[in-house]
Parts: sequence; structure tokens; C-alpha cells
Amino acid sequence: MFDDLNDLYQQVILDHSKSPRNFQKMEKANRVAEGKNPLCGDQVTLYLLMEGEVVKDISFQGSGCAISKASASLLTDSLKGKTREQVKRLFEEVREMITTGKINGDEIGKLAVFAGVHKFPARVKCAILPWHAVVAAMEGKPEPVSTE
Amino acid sequence: MNTDGSIAERPKNPIDWQALRHDFPILHQEVNGHPLVYLDNAATSQKPRLVIDALRHYYENDNANVHRGVHELSSRASAAYEGARNRAAQFVNARSANEIVFTRGTTEAINLVAQAWGTQHIKAGDKILLTEMEHHSNIVPWQLLAERVGAELVYLPVSCDKGLLDLSRLDEWLTRDVKLFAMTHISNTLGTVNPVVELCARARKVGAVTLVDGAQSAGHCLIDVQEIGCDFLAFSGHKMCGPTGIGVLYGRLERLEATPPYQGGGDMISTVEFQSSTWNKVPHKFEAGTPHISGAIGLHAAMDYLDAIGRENIAQHDHELAAYAYGELARLKGIRLFGPHVGRAGVVSFLAADVHAHDLVTVADQRGVALRGGHHCNQPLMKKLGVESTARASFYFYNTRSEVDRLVEVLKEIQKFFGGNS
Repeated sequence: MFDDLNDLYQQVILDHSKSPRNFQKMEKANRVAEGKNPLCGDQVTLYLLMEGEVVKDISFQGSGCAISKASASLLTDSLKGKTREQVKRLFEEVREMITTGKINGDEIGKLAVFAGVHKFPARVKCAILPWHAVVAAMEGKPEPVSTE
Repeated sequence: MNTDGSIAERPKNPIDWQALRHDFPILHQEVNGHPLVYLDNAATSQKPRLVIDALRHYYENDNANVHRGVHELSSRASAAYEGARNRAAQFVNARSANEIVFTRGTTEAINLVAQAWGTQHIKAGDKILLTEMEHHSNIVPWQLLAERVGAELVYLPVSCDKGLLDLSRLDEWLTRDVKLFAMTHISNTLGTVNPVVELCARARKVGAVTLVDGAQSAGHCLIDVQEIGCDFLAFSGHKMCGPTGIGVLYGRLERLEATPPYQGGGDMISTVEFQSSTWNKVPHKFEAGTPHISGAIGLHAAMDYLDAIGRENIAQHDHELAAYAYGELARLKGIRLFGPHVGRAGVVSFLAADVHAHDLVTVADQRGVALRGGHHCNQPLMKKLGVESTARASFYFYNTRSEVDRLVEVLKEIQKFFGGNS
């Protein structure tokens, strides 16, 4: 009955949207960035604790649809311990996957649940929003990032 | 529904609404494997074949520039364009066609008033009164003006539970220093029908100029600018079966005459010298450059089409369908409804517990049901209601009860999908 929808809303996505991981403010964060989608009002704030080039800890807060929430949750799960360069490379791979459905490289891991998003062009922005925010946080950009 | 929001009596000869659907080629298709149920009419309406044919006929037979040629085609194009202006004047019961300015739509019409009239007449310290249920297009132009001249924006509150303006407190807001009161006729988010006749009368008592945003009302109920008593009224063609890119600013003649030009260019001038120019007469003074001729002609066809059905009949149909939808949605568990309980126009905003509006709209689309999800260009109102977004079903006369039933069926499925996976 829900076959077509399961492409987009995989069980892992529904699970993470209902019980997001690392979903809290981080007092000791030394990098913070906000992402906003002005079209739908989705808002996400990423908190990073960087030690040199390494993401020591990461968390998020915000509100939005199941896709954006799950994307932020899975992102925080995936980035702990990664270096700045690894995060940037993964961001490119995730962006490629979300917009085309193609998975290149073996870093994607469980983020592969977002491959189905490319069939729903209106929802690509939801999935990519926290990624823009995390890159902005790492770069220390002061302005909120926007997917518009 | 009448201009004042009351409900007209049921027409003596019922309309065959189902038959009218055949006038709309676009409605007869499948989307994502399901018959299209188009419930996003507050964003834009669909176009009847007759309007599409009018555009085609113009381009195949009469296309030429207006107001400047002496050849046959230019005469025909000019006559058709000015014919549309006459028709628009009749459509809103303006005193004269000179009170009708063609614009790109409601947004440009409001910007014209804010920039041209406002800059001339709103001074530092003056107040501009809006309501809390305005569309961004009836907020931002006034913010730009207020910033430019040093005026202050004030907002008439809307009650969160009923979605109505709080008229008991109108005197607190509508003070002598209010120079302009701009209000929506029908809320695109709440479906509220505002008592514009009373609001304009109260504004006149304190000497405030009034602007009514008719984007959601012009194609949905009878509009009589003389009865409303407004100074300006703006509406868009595309929300009332007409083409995109054409709209109307009605302005009381003395107001338009006291308004400096909006944009400079051809057609809006009388004489041009190297250092200065003189302006063409109202309304041409506000229509610089080649206008959207085909758009005006398409809008003319749309106005004829709507009046052949009868706008009072359309209002009745909108009202009944929205009331039916509201009732059916209210029976579902976990659905929060926004806006007035009774007397609403054809707009129903809602949220399903634990399902974000965008997820809901995506899934509905997979079932062929076109809804809107988001803030509906009403961010301040959303904030006041304490939500980020809502899902919205908005109706027109070609929508049917069975389409509402389909919406309800799909919503149940959505609740099951998101609820059942926890």
C-alpha cells in the first residue's frame, strides 16, 4: 500500500525523525551555525566542538519535516570523529546522492537511506539543509545559511 | 457570499458544477497514477478552455502594439485591451474605466500604491494600519514605505481561536494618525472573510485612506467597490481563471489623480523633452511600456466566464464545500483546524498531529491530491498561531464533494503511514 512512499520515507528516516539523535544544544560548542529554508520555515541549528581539524562532538536543534530532521540526526551520527576534509568530501557525496540518486564512494554508509529523495525534487532542500549548516559551522560563517 | 460576508440565498436554478469541469482541460489527468484532485486554488486557479482560446485567438488574429499604431491590427489590439479595462470596471462596479490600472497582479498593484501614492502622502510619524492576517505582499511594500518616509506600521490583532479580527478594539488601532488602512478581504490562510464595508467606513471616519487586497475574493464573490467604499482594491487575474502576469488596481479617481507616476517609460507620458516630461492621463500614467495585452484579453474572457456562472453561485459553492471539508476534517482524530468555524471562504488550513505539513503534502501528492504546505506567505501570522506551517486545501467551483472525500481518505492513509510506523 505504501510502496512508493517507502522510497522516500524509509524506516530509518521515520525512526530518526521521531527520535532524533544528538538533539540538544551543546554548551561547550565552539562552532554554531543556523540553517533555514525560507520556503517552508524549516530551521536547524548545528553545534560543533572542533578539536583542531577533527569533529570531536556534534549536536543539533530545530524544527522541520521528517526529511530535514532525520537528515540532521543521521548527519550528527555520521560526522563524529571525522576531519574537516572528510566532512567536506562526504557533503559532496551526499549532495550528489540526494540530487541524482547515485552513490559514489564508500563513505555514504547508512546515509544511503536518502538516495530516494532525488525522486522528489521539492524535498531535496529539506535533506540538504543540515549539511549546508554543518559546512557553514565548520567554516565559522556568522550569517544563517539558506537553501534558497 | 456577499461583499459583507453574508451568505446569498441559494440560486433558483442549480448549476451543474460537474459539467463545468469539462471546461478545464487540465483537470482531466492522472498525477502519480491517481486522478488529479486540485485543491491549491488559493495559490492559482486553473484556466477554462475559453480563456486559453481567447489568448490563442488574439495572437493568431489581432496581435499588435496598443495605443500607438494607426494600422488595423493595432486598432483591434487597442480596442480589445481597452475593452478589458471597461469590463474590469464593470466587474468591480467602478464609476469609470479610468479607475482601472492594469498591473502584473495584486502584488504590483499594492506596490504601486505604496511607492507612488504612499511616498507622496505618508509622512514621518504617520501610522499605516494593517491586520495580522495579511499576506506578505500586503506587508512588505508598506515596510519599505515606512522605512523610507519614517512612518510606523501597526497591526489590528486577529484572534487565534476563531481567526477573526478583533473589531471591539478597532478604535484603539484606528486612530487619527492612521493615514492608510490596508486589509485583506479574504485570508489566504484562515479563510476568514473580513467585514470590509464596516472597516472602510470606520477608516473614513478618521480620514484614513483604505486599500483592500482582493486576491482571494475577486473571483469568488461579487465585488462592488462603491459598496465597499474603499479607495484602492487590488486583485490578480490568475486566481480567477485568468492568465498569470495580469492584475488590476482599482483606485478612486481622485486618489489616482493625486498619485504621481509609478514607473517611467512609453505610453505613460504626454510630452517628453530632454529635461522633463508631462504625464499622460489616469490610468495610462501608471502603465509604462507595452502592457500585458494578451493577459488583459484573457482576463476579460475569465470575467465573462465567471459572471456567466454567477459569482454569487460560486461563493455559495465555495462556502458549502469549505464547510463540508471543515466538518469532515473535524471528525478525524489528531487534526487541528485553523480559522473561523463558520462563514469561511473556500480555504481550510489544518495540521495533522506528528506529521509535518510538508510530509503531509508530499504524500498527498503521491495520491494525486494537490495541497499547499508551508507558511502561505503569512509568516507573522504563523508565528502568532504558534506553528511553522500548515497544510491547506483551497477550493474553487470546479471542486466537488467527492474530491473532499478523497482528501479525507488520503489523510487517513497519511495518519496511518506516519502513525503506524512508530
